Amino acid sequence: MNWELIWKYLPKLGEGAWLTLELVGIAVVVGLVLAIPLGLARTSRHWYVQAVPYSYIFFFRGTPLLLQLFLVYYGLAQFDAIRQGPLWPYLRDPYWCALIAMTMHTSAYIAEIIRGAIQSVPTGEVEAARALGMSRLQTVWHIVLPRAARIGLPAYSNEVILMLKASSLASTVTLLELTGMARTIIARTYMPVEIFFAAGLFYLVMTFILVQIFRLLERWLRVDMLQGR
Amino acid sequence: MIFDLHGFGPALLAGTWMTIKLALASLVVGLILGLLGALAKTSPYRALRWLGDAYSTLVRGVPELLWVLLIYYGSVGTVQAFGEMIGQPELELSPFAAGVLALGLCFGSYATEVFRGALLSIPRGQREAGLALGLSRKRILWQLVLPQMWRVALPGLGNLYMILMKDTALVSVIGLNEVMRQTQIAVTASKQPFTFFMVAAIIYLSLTVLSMLALQWFERRANRGFSRSRA
Repeated sequence: MNWELIWKYLPKLGEGAWLTLELVGIAVVVGLVLAIPLGLARTSRHWYVQAVPYSYIFFFRGTPLLLQLFLVYYGLAQFDAIRQGPLWPYLRDPYWCALIAMTMHTSAYIAEIIRGAIQSVPTGEVEAARALGMSRLQTVWHIVLPRAARIGLPAYSNEVILMLKASSLASTVTLLELTGMARTIIARTYMPVEIFFAAGLFYLVMTFILVQIFRLLERWLRVDMLQGR
Repeated sequence: MIFDLHGFGPALLAGTWMTIKLALASLVVGLILGLLGALAKTSPYRALRWLGDAYSTLVRGVPELLWVLLIYYGSVGTVQAFGEMIGQPELELSPFAAGVLALGLCFGSYATEVFRGALLSIPRGQREAGLALGLSRKRILWQLVLPQMWRVALPGLGNLYMILMKDTALVSVIGLNEVMRQTQIAVTASKQPFTFFMVAAIIYLSLTVLSMLALQWFERRANRGFSRSRA
């Protein structure tokens, strides 16, 4: 093990790790915003409301993220309409493509988490809210979603960590996030074991920190007698 | 056929077959590793428990892609040294072998938890009954615990298999000719990226649906004679 080499490239890897965090951070937050209407629609009783989110989720959960990434990055260029459209400067950029693919991918998974969480909100609580004269929208906003948020939080934290690892795929579209940076350094130094080992450590540390943050968040969101609220 | 495949149909089909082989081979490696991991984690020896914990924590904290790359590029030196030792200096790890190792390793790290949960679900009394009947510890494991544990572990393993199926696409990065890579070759030649990546998406979706049906069959078979509790 060549420790000196690892030490020398640590700042570069740190730069990569920062981009990784940025990609994951944006993807899981925007993904959550997209996923709320999707998840709500999935719990609908009407098949025509369910159909669109169902197909969306089926597609994004049934195919590899790598494929979705290539579909956005390489695939869209096939259409002249897109290449001449106003969005082309963004859709040509690997950064935006990775963000789009990751966000859409994770929103499908988060939507399923939200559906599960919404469906496990006790029916009695929803009925109680309605009996108190809340409108259906009020019930969703004040009762169902806050309850579902607490139920779904552990699953959401799992998804965030899965996305942290999935973000390594962005290296395949030339982005220099942690894995991409490691591969670039290796192309220069021919020291795969050392550099991949160091990158792996970075991922482990990031995972560890994320787990701790979610543990705090879970405690902070908890509403029970122990808190004396 | 709705799509004009420019004569790439057979190549994509060969890629699909390669993906299936890769997924199944990784599944076998992963199941073995997962079982060993679970046995280590529930073992009475502290060193083994520590080993099991280290395995599942370390492997799960690092991206699958990094494992694929690390095993493929990182093993060159080791495998060469080993090759020279046994008199075959040309020895190297094929992309397929590296992929199976990496995906099996990752599957196994998650399966460890699934198997551990299933192991704990077998009542202690059953093991004691086995001991009282004079069965050896090996027979208790093989003929008493494992057959019952299978039923509990199946749903969890099914989920992991679905993830594994999609992770096979990562092995295209080190040049294995599975669906993703064959598609990329077709894209380079035909200049129709969207069409071909969509075809690949349909292939993956069909594989997912097929695996789901297979899993349902296994679960139904494993649950013979059990009534299902409803939530």
